[in-house]
Amino acid sequence: MADKILQVEHLEKYYQKRHVLHDINFSVDKGEVVTLLGPSGSGKSTLIRCLNGLEAYQQGTIMFEGEKVQPNEKTWQQIRQKIGMVFQSYDLFPNLTVMDNILLGPTKVQKKDRNSASQEAVKLLQRVGLEDYQDAYPRQLSGGQKQRIAIVRALALHPDFMLFDEVTASLDPEMVRGVLNIIGDLANKDHMTMIVVTHEMNFAQEIADRVLFLENGRILEQTPSKTFFNKPQTDRAQQFLDSMDF
Amino acid sequence: MSSWEIIQQSLPMFEKGFVLTLWLSLIGIIGSIIVGLICSLLQYFKVPVFHQIATIYVEISRNTPLLIQLFFLYYAFPVLGIKFSAQVCGIIGLIFLGGSYMAEGFTGGFNGVAKGQVESGKAIGLSRWQLARYVVFPQGFSLSVPAMAANVIFLIKETSIFTVIAIPELTNTALDLIGMYYRSNEYLFVLVVAYAIILIPLSIILTLIEKRVRYGSFGN
Repeated sequence: MADKILQVEHLEKYYQKRHVLHDINFSVDKGEVVTLLGPSGSGKSTLIRCLNGLEAYQQGTIMFEGEKVQPNEKTWQQIRQKIGMVFQSYDLFPNLTVMDNILLGPTKVQKKDRNSASQEAVKLLQRVGLEDYQDAYPRQLSGGQKQRIAIVRALALHPDFMLFDEVTASLDPEMVRGVLNIIGDLANKDHMTMIVVTHEMNFAQEIADRVLFLENGRILEQTPSKTFFNKPQTDRAQQFLDSMDF
Repeated sequence: MSSWEIIQQSLPMFEKGFVLTLWLSLIGIIGSIIVGLICSLLQYFKVPVFHQIATIYVEISRNTPLLIQLFFLYYAFPVLGIKFSAQVCGIIGLIFLGGSYMAEGFTGGFNGVAKGQVESGKAIGLSRWQLARYVVFPQGFSLSVPAMAANVIFLIKETSIFTVIAIPELTNTALDLIGMYYRSNEYLFVLVVAYAIILIPLSIILTLIEKRVRYGSFGN
């Protein structure tokens, strides 16, 4: 059996009285790419945010690399160094240069030497084709460039596990491919373990090993990607796929 | 005597008042920023007990007039055996008032930092202190500059209330002269001009600073 990086058991999440995640159970193996699909408001983002402690959950357990996560800020702060997360809105720090954005984690959180960390950062920047932008500020970059930097910022911490939360949803169409290629590359070449929330069905089909289909805060099905896109187990998922234009 | 002569003769006295107003304002503003910063930090980090004290202070200070605060310091405190000179009372009063306004300004700035910024900081593993140091404070201070600038102008104008405890600043000088020579038009004219000389250039400078800081932090 492959190593499990993440196990989620009986997770329940409420916003005040609203029950937004119902009895979520799944696990992710090392090197596996899982995509979360489902209609808007189905709880995909909420779920992925629970997985690095940005959202609190009321019941259930999350095991990360075999250890139960104590749901407090201190524990999460440690674990987040191993979980990279990239957001829809990039959220680069506007007051820092590209290089400082990338180095903040490695030098301040992981206390790495700035020189070696920046050499590494340059390599990552080369990989995403932005090595000439080290001294630029986020305001000088396009959306696609910002998102690529945000990915580099997450990778600079050498995470074991990456979370991508609709990272192409606010990009201009011509920028989307570049960002998706980087994520695809991470999956195929680096065998990075990742959970990807996306509305790009073609991409999901290309990259995913397994699909979790969510609706109304419940996982309706967990299916290997091939099966899901050929013939999902539930009518609701079939309906969802039919409604998507791809 | 012509109006012009009246004005000319009064200028040396106004000059003293002018300098005193500037000094009291400067000390009051610096003190207010320090007190405000301390209070806002106590509130930001939710330091047990102290943040509640800071909140109570801010509420009392913001919801009572400076005039009453000064009366308290100048007339009520001596009864309790605590006696300050008028100028010290003025400065304490101004800092007591300004501290809460500055605290609210800083707090507003910290709270104004986008949620996404805080979350992406957390996502790269920053501790609470690192998050404050590298993300929230640099951006929060920039965001609080407009409120700070408004407070600076406000506090300088509030020094005019010092006249009630006979500190010879600008307003007190004018009222004194009017009392002695009954030439209110001339003296009030000088008074207005004197405040304008301080406040208009300052206001322009502060606007430029606001723009610069905003551009430096956010690029717009």
